[in-house]
Parts: sequence; structure tokens; C-alpha cells
Amino acid sequence: MSGDELARADAAAIATAVRAGAATAVAVTEATLARIEQRNPSLNCFTAITAERALATARAIDEQRTAGVELGPLAGVPFAVKNLFDLQGIITIAGSRIDAERPPAIADATVAARLIAAGAVPVGALNMDEYAYGFTTENSHYGAARNPHDFSRVAGGSSGGSAAAVAAGLVPLSLGSDTNGSIRVPASLCGIFGLKPTYGRLSRAGARLFAASFDHVGPFARTVADLAAAYDAMQGPDPRDPVCAQRPVEPAAGDLWLGGSRLRIAILDGHFAGTGPAAAAVASVANALGVTRRVEIPEAARARAAAFVITAAEGGNLHLADLKTRAADFDQMTRDRFLAGALVPATWVIEAQRFRNWYREQVLGLFRDSDILLAPATPCPAPLIGQEMIEIDGAMVPARPYLGVYTQPLSFIGLPIVVVPLRDPGQMPIGVQIIAAPWREAEALRIAWALERDDVTAAMAVDCCSSSSCSSAA
Amino acid sequence: MADQSFNTETYVDTAAALIGLPIAPAHRPGVVVNFERLAQMAALVMEFPLPDGVEPAPVFRP
Repeated sequence: MSGDELARADAAAIATAVRAGAATAVAVTEATLARIEQRNPSLNCFTAITAERALATARAIDEQRTAGVELGPLAGVPFAVKNLFDLQGIITIAGSRIDAERPPAIADATVAARLIAAGAVPVGALNMDEYAYGFTTENSHYGAARNPHDFSRVAGGSSGGSAAAVAAGLVPLSLGSDTNGSIRVPASLCGIFGLKPTYGRLSRAGARLFAASFDHVGPFARTVADLAAAYDAMQGPDPRDPVCAQRPVEPAAGDLWLGGSRLRIAILDGHFAGTGPAAAAVASVANALGVTRRVEIPEAARARAAAFVITAAEGGNLHLADLKTRAADFDQMTRDRFLAGALVPATWVIEAQRFRNWYREQVLGLFRDSDILLAPATPCPAPLIGQEMIEIDGAMVPARPYLGVYTQPLSFIGLPIVVVPLRDPGQMPIGVQIIAAPWREAEALRIAWALERDDVTAAMAVDCCSSSSCSSAA
Repeated sequence: MADQSFNTETYVDTAAALIGLPIAPAHRPGVVVNFERLAQMAALVMEFPLPDGVEPAPVFRP
């Protein structure tokens, strides 16, 4: 493989080549770092590049192979993390100016450490909305992450750098976090696969929290097999995260080939019906799966409202000390929402948490007759950077909060969800949520894998977008 | 839903003073707008008739 081919290869191809000795981890890492150096100035995905550590890690992998040591399943696979995950030796800035004053992390976040233990190579940290409070990664401190399909458009957020880096072929694998949609929205807008596992499945230790009631972490990739391999490598209990479940590892990658056999699938109606490209994307997936049955989640709009209130209150409380002493140092895109959140009365939060319990029971009832539910991931493809309003079904709505309209009512109760990307020629991508019952990530991944096998969904590394703004970056 | 006499600006000022949170004049209009948005969302939750026996979702295990 040439340097560029090495840099753009998927994780499985890289690991196979490195394990077999067909490529060295150092060669893959050097090619990756070169591609990042070439393309990142246009994309603004990376806020830190850990070249020295990456090359040292890669050299160690190559030495292990030479010594006859069995290499891990992700041997030599470059990956990067949303900059709210600790990477030893660099500062975890969480998209903020305030946290940039903290000392460097003394250890890796658990999920990063587990990827590295599986042979993956950390190459850097990625741009995000400040403290994860946003759906667009229009960060005033570090600049907007740009959508690789069209540099004038947002990458989505809050894990926008993580999605854009994978979509642009800078890394085959990245990590993000999802509180209300922050993995699923950027996966949809950048046209790649993203997994938000069940709440409590993957450890959040070493990740900067936002709203602890809903904070999840998960991977992005350009193939379902890579997504599953990363997910499998990160599973397992962790005493450092009180939310992380005491469940054994339940590997998903080995069962992908089962596809959708014996799974009962339905389309979510009502709140999730969608219009335009969002509805068309769900229809494409449903048609491919032969699904016509429609079901409705009761009170989904109210669930979104409850998630909105709890998120604001928990976020406002988390950052209260800094809001009191240095509010002007917050990003103007998040500051006023954090300040307002700090003022939320307790009875709203407690009622929202009571509603959450009631709503969970209603949704779990749907899984008696269905294994998988389908819904749009976003109401539209990527808006322009700076765009305030979007038109949905003839009505103008505020673009930024509305991007989470279909994701928020589902992370509210922690359901596992895979986003699969669809893209018509000449159009911006948009994703569909493959939603499973709690702890059934493997079933959502099987459906995603079958859709990829049947060419219904695909995520290609984008070399250059169609907009004139990217001509200088080619 | 708050009653007709509720004034968001007064609430923001009073609640901020209660918790010792200074809000700069330049930030105050944005905070008020965002609190109004939160109040609209909260109203959707508060108006829903939950059965008495429903407990809050978080569970504490000593």
C-alpha cells in the first residue's frame, strides 16, 4: 500500500497488514501523521497531534511483532479522541479555554487505554463544542470543525472533530461522547458510522463529564466491522466510573454476519416521522430491510423537553464555580445556556427525572414486539457554519438545538443506537438511527452490517468536497 | 406553568443572587432568553400527569 492508501485504509485492513508484517505500524503512523498535517488546516478537526507518542507506540508494536509477540486486534490502527478524553501528557481542554489552564492528564481515559491495549495508536485530540454543549462544533475558541463533504458546512457536534476526522480519512477510528446526540448528529452530518452504546456500557472514567445523567461514550468508524471491533475492545466494568455497568464483555464483532435474521424491525412514527431527506433516508433503510410496520413512542417531544431541562441543570451545576468567577472566559455559544441552567429550580429536574422513569417503561414496552426501531438521526443534512435557522417541513426553526430533535428523546433513556450514513450522489449525507433495546448493541450492529453488505449504507473517506471553499485544500 | 405574574428577569436576578452567581449586564439578556426557553420546556414536563408512584430515574445504592 502507498502512504496515502495506508493512511486512508480502514482499521481492519491496517491491523491485518500490521499483524501479518505486510506493513509496519511505524509506516502506517507516519502516513497518518502526514495526511493529518496536509489536510487538518482546512478541516480544523485536531486540536492536538501526539506525533511523538504515536511513533513511540508504533515502534513498540513493531518491536513486539519482531519478537514474536501476538499483536492485538487493533494492532497499528491510528485513532484520535474528542478532546474531552484524557490522553496522558496532554491537556484535556474539553473545547474550553478554561480547562486549557489545567495540567496535562496523568493517565489515559479508560476507553483510550483499552484501545491502546488492543494495539491502537493514539495520534491526537479532536475539536468539539465547549464542554460538549452543542450540536455543531462551532467553537469560538478553536474555530469551527469543517464538514469534509463541504467546508462551508458544520461537521455536527458536539463530537464534530471526531466525525470529520474519520470522514476525511485522517484516522479510521475516533472516540466521541453523546449526551443528547453528540455522536449521532455528527455521524449523520459527516456520513460515517457512529455507535452510542447503552448508558453505562462503556466507562466514562477520564472523560470530562457534561450532564452525568446522560453522558455516554462511543466510537466512530467508516465500516461497521471497525465500529464493532473498537466497541468490543472498550467493553467491560470499570470501578473508576460509578455508572459503568458490572456486565461481562459481550462481543459483537463475531456475530455481525448474522445480519438481520430473526430480528423484528419497526419504523418509528409520530415525533420521529421526519420530512424531506430525513424521511427519505429512513424509507431507504426500511425498504431494504422489507419493513413497513410503524410504531409510535408516546410523549417523545416531552422526553426531549425533560432531557433539555436536566442537561441544562446538571451542566450549569457542574461548571458553577467557573460561572461565578470567570463567565466571560466561556464560549459565547455555551455561556448563557450554562448560566441559565444553574438557575433551574429543583422541582423541574426531579419531575423530569420522574418522567424519565415513566417514559422508559413506555418505550421498553415497544420492545416486546420489536427488536429494532428505525428513526432519522437528524432532521436535515449539515447546515452552513453560522446558520441560525433551518426550514423543516415549511417552518423555520432554530438550527442548532433542533439538530438533536430525534436523538435527544432516545439518549434520555440510554438506548443503544448505531447511526448508518446514506448519501445520494451530489447530496450531503444524512444518517438513520438503528435503535435496539438496552444492552442489545450487537443487534443494532448486525442490522448496520447487513445494510452495509447490501450497499444501502456506506462511508467513504472523502478526498475533497464539492464546495469551492475547499479547492485550496485539494 | 408559571402564573401570569411571573417575570423571568426578576427570577433570574433573584435566583442568581440566592446562589451567589454574578451575571454580567452583557450576559443577562442571553441568560433571560435561555431561561425562558428552559421554562417552556419545563412546562411540557410539569403539565404531564404522572402517577404518584413514579420515582425519579436515578437510583442510589449504598
